[in-house]
Amino acid sequence: MGLTRDQIAQRISQEVKSGFCVNLGIGIPTLVANFIPDSMNVMLQSENGLLGMGPFPLEKDVDPDLINAGKQTVTALKGASFFSSADSFAMIRGGHIDLTVLGAMEVDMNGDIANWMVPGKMVKGMGGAMDLVAGARRVIVAMQHTSKDGASKLLKKCTLPLTGKGCIDRVVTDFGVLDVVKGKGFRLLEWAPDMTAEQVIAATEAPVEVAPDARPMRF
Amino acid sequence: MSKIFDSAAAALDGVKDNMTIIVGGFGLCGIPENLITALRDSGVKGLTCVSNNAGVDDFGLGLLLQTRQIKKMLASYVGENATFEKQYLSGELELEFCPQGTLAERMRAGGAGIPGFYTPTGVGTLVAEGKEVKVFDGREYILERGIVGDFALVKAWKADTFGNLVFRKTARNFTPMAATAGKITVVEVEEIVPVGELDPDQIHTPGVFVQRIFKAPSLEKRIEQRTVRTA
Repeated sequence: MGLTRDQIAQRISQEVKSGFCVNLGIGIPTLVANFIPDSMNVMLQSENGLLGMGPFPLEKDVDPDLINAGKQTVTALKGASFFSSADSFAMIRGGHIDLTVLGAMEVDMNGDIANWMVPGKMVKGMGGAMDLVAGARRVIVAMQHTSKDGASKLLKKCTLPLTGKGCIDRVVTDFGVLDVVKGKGFRLLEWAPDMTAEQVIAATEAPVEVAPDARPMRF
Repeated sequence: MSKIFDSAAAALDGVKDNMTIIVGGFGLCGIPENLITALRDSGVKGLTCVSNNAGVDDFGLGLLLQTRQIKKMLASYVGENATFEKQYLSGELELEFCPQGTLAERMRAGGAGIPGFYTPTGVGTLVAEGKEVKVFDGREYILERGIVGDFALVKAWKADTFGNLVFRKTARNFTPMAATAGKITVVEVEEIVPVGELDPDQIHTPGVFVQRIFKAPSLEKRIEQRTVRTA
């Protein structure tokens, strides 16, 4: 039941418009790049200092000086630029990045997000996530709707340490597409083709209102 | 006085126990490999290291963790290092997490003579605890401090003998800010050229920020995640 990881990414790719500069996080967000048509003029930003990121290199083109924020070897497209970390986060914090897509462990109806730390377990660090959620013009979360034991990850209030407050615009899960209605709940816009709106509402801890034009997801 | 040194060890003259050392690089990309090894071999202890990452277990700053020369680490992400986890959980190692963009800006500010700045990053999170909050135009910002290191250790692609630096691709990352923020900035480079050879329009870090230069005898340039496509 619900979407695959690739389908979540495919649905999020519909949010990307021509001319956008986009930062994609690790995990499902990275898959979004596979569904952005070549004809669309989109520049992918990698916060370690690359705008215009291309696909993984052929073996003969691997360059240890050219990596992405996940430390993977990548390529640079025509029109790409390299820059310092300060310039990179000037782009991010300064509101010059049109869209960021990130994974999350929890989101809530205030637009808060938690995705960097589970107390008592090993703490890896927030990397650039706090800057991205604070600075990108639009923040979309890609995540599973529920945890492995079935608990909702769309909450009234996040329980884990926050990455940012009031910064999430939209959540795309394996169950549906929901917008944050700050302080009130989530607005359900689309649901997975093999599910119903009622099933999504039942799987969500926070209140959910169904948008007047809500519908099953189309690809 | 010439800025050119014969070796990493010679270029680290004056590094002492308990100093704050800023280290350039992102992951293992653009790290000063030879300087880190020389720092390990010098035996200095109690260091506070400021760097985006802490290397991996057997490379980069991970080498200094293995020998317990680092007392405190200031970083944004340390997920690739199991030694780090062990020492942090046992209380041997102090850790301060700093968001990546804030870390870059703290180095930039420190090097630019700016003691603090306000940023929206981290408002309402653990990062904001104990920090001044100020509202500008209806939005909250937190006060973050500039960082200055006793030494900054960085790596560049090319340097001229004055210390003008050119970086290559994403190996630039934190290095331009780190280079400005060291009381003494030491750079290891792939190639040293005479002054006049680098195009002044293409210099990434002007030589005024660099005090010591040496040519790296070798560089492993280890790749953390070798990812390729087949066609």
